[in-house]
Amino acid sequence: MRRLAFLLMLAASSAFAAPTPEDKLSRVFESIEGNRLDEAMTRVDALIREYPNFRLAHLVRGDLLLARSRPLQTFGNVEKTVPPEKVDGLRNEALARLRALRQRPAEDRLPRYVLQLHAEQKHVLVVDSRRSRLYVFANTQGRPKLIADYYVTLGKNGMDKARQGDQKTPVGVYHVTANLPRKKLTDFYGAGAFPIKYPNEWDRRQGRNGHGIWLHGVPRDVYSRPPRASDGCIVLSNPDLESVGQHVQVGLTPVIIADEIEWSEAAAVETERSALAGALEQWRADWQSRDTDRYLAHYSSRFSSPGQDLKAWGAHKRKVNGAKQWIKVGVSRVAMFRYPREGDFVVVTFDQDYKSSGLSNVMRKRQYWVKEGAAWKIIYEGAG
Amino acid sequence: MMTLAARLAGIACALALALPALADEVQDAAKLLKAGQHRQALERVNKALTAKPRDPQARFLKGLILTEQGNSKEAIEIFSKLTQDYPELPEPYNNLAVIYASQGQYDKARAALEQSIRTHPSYATAYENLGDVYAKLASQAYDKALQIDSSNTAAKNKLSLTRELVGRPAPVVAAATKEPAKPEPEKSKPAPAAPPDAPGEVLKAVNGWAEAWSKKDADGYLAYYAKEFKTPGGEGRDAWEKTRRARIAAPKSIAVGVESPKVTMAGADRATVTFRQSYRSDVLKSNSRKTLVMVRTDGRWQIVEEKSG
Repeated sequence: MRRLAFLLMLAASSAFAAPTPEDKLSRVFESIEGNRLDEAMTRVDALIREYPNFRLAHLVRGDLLLARSRPLQTFGNVEKTVPPEKVDGLRNEALARLRALRQRPAEDRLPRYVLQLHAEQKHVLVVDSRRSRLYVFANTQGRPKLIADYYVTLGKNGMDKARQGDQKTPVGVYHVTANLPRKKLTDFYGAGAFPIKYPNEWDRRQGRNGHGIWLHGVPRDVYSRPPRASDGCIVLSNPDLESVGQHVQVGLTPVIIADEIEWSEAAAVETERSALAGALEQWRADWQSRDTDRYLAHYSSRFSSPGQDLKAWGAHKRKVNGAKQWIKVGVSRVAMFRYPREGDFVVVTFDQDYKSSGLSNVMRKRQYWVKEGAAWKIIYEGAG
Repeated sequence: MMTLAARLAGIACALALALPALADEVQDAAKLLKAGQHRQALERVNKALTAKPRDPQARFLKGLILTEQGNSKEAIEIFSKLTQDYPELPEPYNNLAVIYASQGQYDKARAALEQSIRTHPSYATAYENLGDVYAKLASQAYDKALQIDSSNTAAKNKLSLTRELVGRPAPVVAAATKEPAKPEPEKSKPAPAAPPDAPGEVLKAVNGWAEAWSKKDADGYLAYYAKEFKTPGGEGRDAWEKTRRARIAAPKSIAVGVESPKVTMAGADRATVTFRQSYRSDVLKSNSRKTLVMVRTDGRWQIVEEKSG
């Protein structure tokens, strides 16, 4: 069927058994690919009966009808004069949805960012902006396992949010800070919302501002929105938001947003994880040893902590450590995430249990580690 | 916004071939309708219907008159009843669809046209109308996709009303076999002692050619081409036949319609036929002007030249 050839390029074979609306859309394209246009029409009609607000399905139905009348020139062969971005938005949604279904991450690959989850973090969400996709991983003994993925809408001006009102989605490592149910929100947010912690400490250090980056649903009159349409939020269809919501733990669930996920072999991720874990353990042991030079060797020359550079930090530690007869440092509930876009840059958070002659305290700590030469060094340390 | 061309099926010749003469009142009513005298036409056709209330020609004509008068409700009743009484006739379905489309009821129009085509796979008017209805439905689907209010983008469809009830197509001349064609048994009237009606014979052959093509009957189809047929690319007859057979075999279904045919006689045994050819298969749809030059050999009209465009 030559005149529908351009649709065939989109055709996907779904690996999923559960028939989501996206799977059903994919089957419509499978019918088109197989030149079973009547079957395609039956399938798209059924999909629209079930999800009357699925605009993309209406677009495909329009094409199937028009193809019976005359050859199509393009996918989404709308002839009326409409703003081109309206049709393009739907075309891009089709591409994003079908590509994501067709190009599955390989079984043995993991996102390079998730080095270690701590026991209470049951899930981690990872967003791939180029694919307009949110992947949900379950925590299986500290390692992520892909359990579901969803089409998402991101900022209309793209990624790497820097300024308030720039309508971009941030790139970085965040976590969910709240759960706002539907009844507390206007219809615009649909089934609910999960704000995330943008700007984080690293964003502030980079001078980034703005606020109110949420995962949220869609208004009643649509099923989904085009890939680039939000003011920076991560938008899911309402059923999808509800499924994701079942995995979200407020204050715990990490949300990692990347331009394009780097998928690595599990073994490579493990190598990096153990190198970081080793560096962290050495840092802990060196602090406990009260040998301040060895302890300070873990810090980068570019180090800073709120209100202190490396010199001030070092002077302070020397003074405190010198006054102690003993120090015991416990590190637990360690999470480690490589930071998208920043190269060898890892966010480490853990519970620090500090005991000494004189003072004891327990706190959640956050450190940023960077690779300098062959060694991992700390460039930021603060409360997490 | 696309505009939809009004189309009339030009089938007068076929009508003359296929049907007994209309009753006088009905003929008069048809003339009055053509002259725009709707009220008088209606009176005349009602008179005819008093005598023969079930007569399909008269009922069909009444449906047409009512449609012209804008009485869609009654016209729909008449055409619907005709589809029930004569489900094998494509025209009432077509005209039902035309009225539905004029009311913006494209789903109903689509159903009626699809039925018309199921009834009569080579019915060109229904194909063209259906094409327009699909385009209109597509436009509505796009409006939903883009959240445009389509209620006021009206310019309601003007599809082609079929003016004449043709009935069954002219019988296919059994050209592929050497047997002489059997006369069609007719119960309603004695078979007319057919006067040699040359243009009618030519058209019969053209229809038979289209029928054979539509049935994917390659042997039957090729038998319509004379030995001296000039192949379009100048290739040998065998090579050409091979290509044609492949083309006919490839699609799952083919429907070829002959519309507005015009026969020009050049002597008793040679004729040029021009018409609009609607071709539709599961992979392609096209409409084109077609010219066939035909000659009569041993009483059979066959194609010696075929030109498109």
